[in-house]
Amino acid sequence: MTLTQSSIQGLVAIDPLGTGGLLWTALLIMIVKVLIIFGVSLVATMLMIWAERKVVSGMHNRIGPNKAGPFGLLQSLADGIKAFFKETFRPSKSDPFVYRLAPYLMFVPAFLIWSVLPLGGDFTNGNDGMVTIFGQVTRVQLADPPIGILLVLAMSSIAVYGVMLAGWASGSKYPLLGAVRGSAQMISYEAALGLSLAAVLLSSGTLSTAGIVQTQNSFADWNLVATGIVPFVIFLIATTAELNRPPFDLVEAEQELVSGFNTEYGGISFALFFLAEFMNVITMSGVIVTLFLGGPQPIAGIDIPLLPGAVEGTVWFVLKLLVFLYMYIWLRATLPRLRYDQLMDLGWKVLIPVALGWFLLLAALRQFSPDGTAAESIRVTAICVVVGAAAIALFMAALRVSQKNREQMSEPLQEGSPV
Amino acid sequence: MNTTFLEYVVFFVASLMMLGGAIGVILFKNPVHAALGLVLTLFGVAVQFVAQEAHFLAAVQVIVYAGAIVVLFLFVIMLLGVDRAVDLSIEPIPIQRPLAAVMTVGLVGLVSAAVIKAGDAIGTLNPGLGLDVAGETTADGQNIVSNDGNIQQLARNLYNDHVLAFQLTSVLLIVAVVGTVLLTRKWPKQGAAT
Repeated sequence: MTLTQSSIQGLVAIDPLGTGGLLWTALLIMIVKVLIIFGVSLVATMLMIWAERKVVSGMHNRIGPNKAGPFGLLQSLADGIKAFFKETFRPSKSDPFVYRLAPYLMFVPAFLIWSVLPLGGDFTNGNDGMVTIFGQVTRVQLADPPIGILLVLAMSSIAVYGVMLAGWASGSKYPLLGAVRGSAQMISYEAALGLSLAAVLLSSGTLSTAGIVQTQNSFADWNLVATGIVPFVIFLIATTAELNRPPFDLVEAEQELVSGFNTEYGGISFALFFLAEFMNVITMSGVIVTLFLGGPQPIAGIDIPLLPGAVEGTVWFVLKLLVFLYMYIWLRATLPRLRYDQLMDLGWKVLIPVALGWFLLLAALRQFSPDGTAAESIRVTAICVVVGAAAIALFMAALRVSQKNREQMSEPLQEGSPV
Repeated sequence: MNTTFLEYVVFFVASLMMLGGAIGVILFKNPVHAALGLVLTLFGVAVQFVAQEAHFLAAVQVIVYAGAIVVLFLFVIMLLGVDRAVDLSIEPIPIQRPLAAVMTVGLVGLVSAAVIKAGDAIGTLNPGLGLDVAGETTADGQNIVSNDGNIQQLARNLYNDHVLAFQLTSVLLIVAVVGTVLLTRKWPKQGAAT
């Protein structure tokens, strides 16, 4: 008896806020949370696919899906059922095990990111996001591990394996090219992602997602404002690249690579890739909302009338989330695809240096002007700007030298002289 | 804190993952499969870290080793096209295999000696648990101490006590990067242009 009890306690201890009091209620709430999040994530993804098709077709002056269900709402469900009942096959040159494994390597991380997103909570009357269900005080969040936001980074780095192995295991050249491109892009932008994230961690002082939300009590405390707008912009661009969304969708550049890494997939395994891709759009938008826009915190302290405080957090979260989801669709309908070298230049030569410089500026301000007085802040900023300008000048000089070297080396080739 | 049944299960499952992955790295004929075996080992190590409440190390293990280093391995394997099964009967360096056997025996002996020698100390040392008190909550569900004790401790250690070693490590990495660039660079041949 003690054995099982202690082991259950060990299980429940994963959620630090689900412990205490009656053990079984805590466990039950945990299971219910898992089921709800599983269901919500699938339905949200389904709606996201529908919304994307509908909005893009609106922007293209088309009608879009309109046959299955009201406004074509059930179109994704119909597509899912069709994909599920298709016969699965495997190209003869593919690697049997890895070919089957790859879709899950993309699908599972997409799901796991949901577990650390604060999806709601009660922020009225100074409740700090706690909700009481059946006498249990808990958060509207599956788990709040101490590493919180690092889990998101870890999951997105596992998703790289999904892209890479899918392309390799297909045993075909276009998927392989798509996979190499895609994983190079994802790794490159992960650096910019991490550096802009560091600015947020500096201002919030914690890694836990619930803690990050708690520090953003008012609009001035939102990390969007508290870190200056630069990390937000960099994070937004880097996530777009990380998600392989347009204008960074070189992974599946149809004109060049058929359909990229998932060319050889069909049926349910293709559906898993598709699902993971759209689910990642939602989860990453959720991460942006959590990090920069205060997550489920109300805007300007507005208390929505007629709604219980416990539901309000979710309403705010969804409202903020919808802004980003719409933005991603809008980007897709508007921007042309980047060329591969432009993509890499943007990532390595612009985003990473700017993110690093901005992080150093924030750190310097925090260290040397802790009270935030104007005179001190201006002095620190001025010194940082001078140092930064010198660094940029050096960087540009290095770029020019390498450019010159490259031109010198390629000159004899251009003249047709023997190599 | 007593070792519970669950902790034993976690330990053995993670150890199986590590051992299975490590054996896979050696035995798989296909380099990509071997790299995946390495990933399995790294995940096993990450699980062990979590079991020891070193959450930050576990996250870093997954992000850096699994997420960046092995991905680079795979990159090289795929780009160089060595991903077909390799004939292992060919030996490029003849003495390599006997040497590896000698090294293995030596390493196993060293580790066993260390374990036997330090076996008495287990249990008397502080296990390093309880640095982050994530499980401790008051009646109204508030955390008494922040969740980040573990990370703060690590940062203090790394950036205050061992800051010189830390800087030297970064210098080492920079030297490695510069060295790689120098070695792979094509120098223009002297006088070949005319």
